[in-house]
Formats: sequence, structure tokens, C-alpha cells
Amino acid sequence: MIKEPAIICENVTKSFRQGDIVTRALRGVNLTVNQGELLMLVGPSGCGKTTLISIIAGILDNDSGRCLVNGYDFSKLSERERSAVRGRTIGFVFQSFNLIPTLTAAENVCIPLLIAGNERKLALEKAYAILDRVGLGSKLASFPRELSGGQQQRVAIARSLVHNPEILVCDEPTSALDEVTGHKIMEIFKEIAMSEQRTLIVVTHDDRIYEFGDRLAHMNDGEITKIETMSQDYIREPQV
Amino acid sequence: MLVGDRGKYIAMVAGVFFSALVITQQSSIFIGLMTRTFSFINDMRIAQIWVMDPGVQFIDDAKPLQSTFLLRVRSVQGVEWAMPLYKGILKARLANGRFQSCNVIGIDDATLTGGPPIMVHGSVADLRRADGVIVDEVGARGKLAGPAKVPGGPRTPLQIGDVLELNDNRAVVVGIARASRTFQSQPVIYTTFSRATTFAPRERRQLSFILVSGKSGVEEQVLIDRIKRQTGLAAYSSEEFKDLTLDYFMKNTGIPINFGIAVFLGFIVGAAICGQSFYSFTADNMKYFGTLRAMGATPGLLVKMLLLQALIVGLVGYGLGVGLASCTRYIASNSELAFRLPWQLPVFTAVAVTLVCTIAALLSIRKVLTLEPAIVFRG
Repeated sequence: MIKEPAIICENVTKSFRQGDIVTRALRGVNLTVNQGELLMLVGPSGCGKTTLISIIAGILDNDSGRCLVNGYDFSKLSERERSAVRGRTIGFVFQSFNLIPTLTAAENVCIPLLIAGNERKLALEKAYAILDRVGLGSKLASFPRELSGGQQQRVAIARSLVHNPEILVCDEPTSALDEVTGHKIMEIFKEIAMSEQRTLIVVTHDDRIYEFGDRLAHMNDGEITKIETMSQDYIREPQV
Repeated sequence: MLVGDRGKYIAMVAGVFFSALVITQQSSIFIGLMTRTFSFINDMRIAQIWVMDPGVQFIDDAKPLQSTFLLRVRSVQGVEWAMPLYKGILKARLANGRFQSCNVIGIDDATLTGGPPIMVHGSVADLRRADGVIVDEVGARGKLAGPAKVPGGPRTPLQIGDVLELNDNRAVVVGIARASRTFQSQPVIYTTFSRATTFAPRERRQLSFILVSGKSGVEEQVLIDRIKRQTGLAAYSSEEFKDLTLDYFMKNTGIPINFGIAVFLGFIVGAAICGQSFYSFTADNMKYFGTLRAMGATPGLLVKMLLLQALIVGLVGYGLGVGLASCTRYIASNSELAFRLPWQLPVFTAVAVTLVCTIAALLSIRKVLTLEPAIVFRG
């Protein structure tokens, strides 16, 4: 089955200036991610992974080139439109979970829905349902400090999925977790996120979870140097 | 978010509370003191117009007039009545041998116009008794009170029938009155004009003020102008005389500057504590603000969140500060403390607290608006 591309990056560049020093974070990145695909973005620190996903997620502007996400070119949208599209289309999972410590698990999960203008009661109902799906039906009223790392990441996953986005951007989702918990988290991604034909981009250093990816994009010094297609037995099929 | 960070929340509320308390309390004391400067004019509410020497700058700055001026004022067309008033500081000798300065008020012998506003014991008419004086109740209980009946016990309040010595003259207490507290907080003693001038050291002129009431139908300002023109004296309505007195204290004493500095410091310290805590709170939570932005929150929504939190802090701090200041008013109601809390003052404090919170929020809003988006992806 031929799948439509969800993300298209064409010759994307980005530089940062600090005084007289200019750092070229992205040097013409070309990347296509298809609908329903799980792409692992890997590479050493400072290679531009975070910059690339920031541009894909529309929270950073590229200097040149083009990046289309579900047909939207964020650089051509106003701040308000960009926020609205991002809120509707993209879900985020962060390395340190970024759960608001003063809110309960259910309230944290509600946030994307409340930002989108849903009523609190409806948002809470949806939050309860998704938390139940990630196995935290008994932790609805728990605060993040009362949850283990794995549980917190599951809340974060629930938060990223509650508004039913088409794309998930995950930054080091397993780096703060042990191997067993990390695998469980990836299984949840596979089971809940991928089953609904969502597109996932996972930035990771954790080679223990490479097996979950459909493709592996290697980055170095602001460029994608290699894209591998993964299979069950971890056979590398270089494509670039 | 802010309420969850108890340390910073309490620090911010404390900042606003401190500002609200200092601004309200110091301003209340200032207003209380300033009101006392013209409290005697308030007590003499029967007088529509005050006539005096043109050189008088405030109520306690009496420059005595010749007694013939009273007759000249009475002859001005439109004057219903004009009464003499003596106002001076005389020394009373107490039973323990000490001296106490007193504010002695001499009112018209015949009509007793201008007597104490409220009588607690006795009546104003008792001033017609030989050597009669009426003493204000605070003075009777405090500075003019007699020695304790038992060693270490409370002093014995002055009562009707007690005898005072005013400038070597015998004075018998015939009544206790309630009068407004004066700026100098001296006891107030009422007596007749002729008796007051007997008590006072001999001077050629002893008429401090002339109290005037106009005939009905005569415009106050017209009558004032007429008195000025025909007598060459100064004449003011009660309100004008209050303003004159207040102006004198505002311009010629350091009181407004001292209280102004205290209020300003309260504002600055509150703004500094509140601003620093709020900024620190925002800085500590930048990753959460970044997370919210990533999830679709607009900068405007984040600004609203910050303003709402500043508003909550402001309301709690304001309530505590003004509440405690109001308690001070209640506690101070029977003390020497000059404390006056008109409704305009909490409004003024609310404006100041709003400013404190706005300054605090603005620093944070700037930080949130210049938020580096990629912060959300930092561990």
C-alpha cells in the first residue's frame, strides 16, 4: 500500500547567531516521513536533531528550504494560525515528561483539549478514557510526583494523544527510563499511536529501541547522512 | 502553577501584602493626622463663617483682634449673629504639682454658642456656674487625671466637681465632653469667653476668632466678601478655613514628605519582592510555558495565564494587607494613634497593588513572549 507523505522537508537550513559566531544547525535537510510511519531520528548531541523536529513542529522557523506538515507550511502561517494547527495536528512527548507538577494526571492530559477550547468536563472524560488505555485508570487523581518515571511518561503519551493528532513528535521518550520500562513505553506507542495510522518521529540516542522504528534517519553535523529501513531482525537496508 | 510553588507564592503574596499594608496604614495615619489639624473647625459646625486677622495661617495660629471688631462684624448687612471665640494654650497645674498645656476654648457668655459637640456628663449651661469649665473626656481620663488612689493603681479620672488651677486661677469641672482629637493631642477645656480671657495672661487683644452665621437667603460667598470689604479682616467659610489649615501643614511641615516616603518605600519594596518572586517563578517554569506553547497555546494565552496568576496574588495580598490595616483602625480607635480610613484609601491601595502586580507580571510576560521555543526539547 502506497502511503501519502505526512512530512516533507526539502533542503531545510537553519543557523543560529550568537554575537559574531554563526552556527549552522541544519545544512539542507531533505526528509520525507509517510503517514503511519515511525521514524527514528538518531545522531550525536548537537547534530541538529532538536532543531529539525522544532522546525517540523512549527516552533522554530527555517532560514531556507521548505517543510510541509500535513500540507501546512508553518513558515507561511501567522503565530495564531501556527499555534492552532500545531495544537490540532501534532502531539508532543518530551524527555523529561514536562508534566505540570501542580496538576493531576487527568488535568495534565486535559491541557491540549482545553487549549483547543473544549469544555473542561468533556476534556476530563476524554482524559479518563485515554489514561485508562495507557493503563493508568487508577491514577487519574495522582500528581506527577506520586508516579514512577514510566507512569509519568505514560501520562505524557496520553497527553500527546488525547486530542487525536496525526503526528507525534517524541524527544528521547525512553532516555529517562530503564530498559524494561522503555520497551513498555515503545510498545504503547506501537499499540496505541501506530494502530491509528499516526506518524511518529522519535528522536533518540537509545539503541535499545531502534527495533521499534520503521526507518532510522542518522544525522550528523546538520545533515541526514543515512536512512536505514528496519526489520524485525534489525537488517540494515541503506537507502541514501 | 504558581499556587503549587508554595515558597514563591507566599513570597509574592507577602510582597503585595507588605505593600498594601504599608500604603494603607501609613496613608491612614497621614490622613488621620491631617484631619486632626482641622478637627476643631469640624467641632464648631455651628459656625458658617470664621472671621480672623488676615495674617492667620491655620487654626492654631490665632492672632487676637480688638474686641471692637466683633461689633463691626455684627453690623455687616446679612449677618444673623456673630460670636466671640477665644482659643489659646494655657497651663493647668495638676494635683501632683506638674503642669499640663491645655487648649482653652472661650465661647460666648450669653448664648454659649460653639460649646462642645457632645456632652458626656453635665451640660453646656453649667458653664454659667462660678469658675466652671468643661473638660474633654480623653483629657479627663489621661493627661489631666489625678493621682492613683493606691500606689501603682490607675490614675483617677477628672470628674465633675474637681478643681483645676489654670494659670493660677481656680477652675471647677462642671462637665465632661467628647471632642475631636486635636493635632497636638492636648486636653481641650471649654469655658466662657470672659472667663477664658481671665485665665489667659493679660493682653491688649484677646478675641481669637469671630464665628458668624448669615441670614437665610444671603449667599455665603457674598457675605464673606462683604465682611472682608467692610472690616478689613479675613473671612472664610468652614471648608475654606479647613483647606487653609490643611494647606499650611502640607506646605510647611515635613509630614507629607515623611509619609510619602514611607508609602513610596512600601510600594517599591513590595514591587521588588513581588517582581523578583514572579520573575523567578516564571524562569523556573519556562519549560512548562514552552510545553504549553508547543501544545498550541498562543503567546496571548500565556500572557493571560500570567496576568490571572498575578491577579490572584494581588487579590490575596491586597485582602490581607487592607484587612490588617482595618484591624489597626479598630484597635487604634481608643488610642492616641491618628488613624482614618476613608473609602477612597482602599481604592488608592488597590490601584497601587495593581501597579505592583502589573510591574511584576510585565517582567515575566516579557520573558514568556521572548521564550525560545526549542526550550521544550531540553532535558
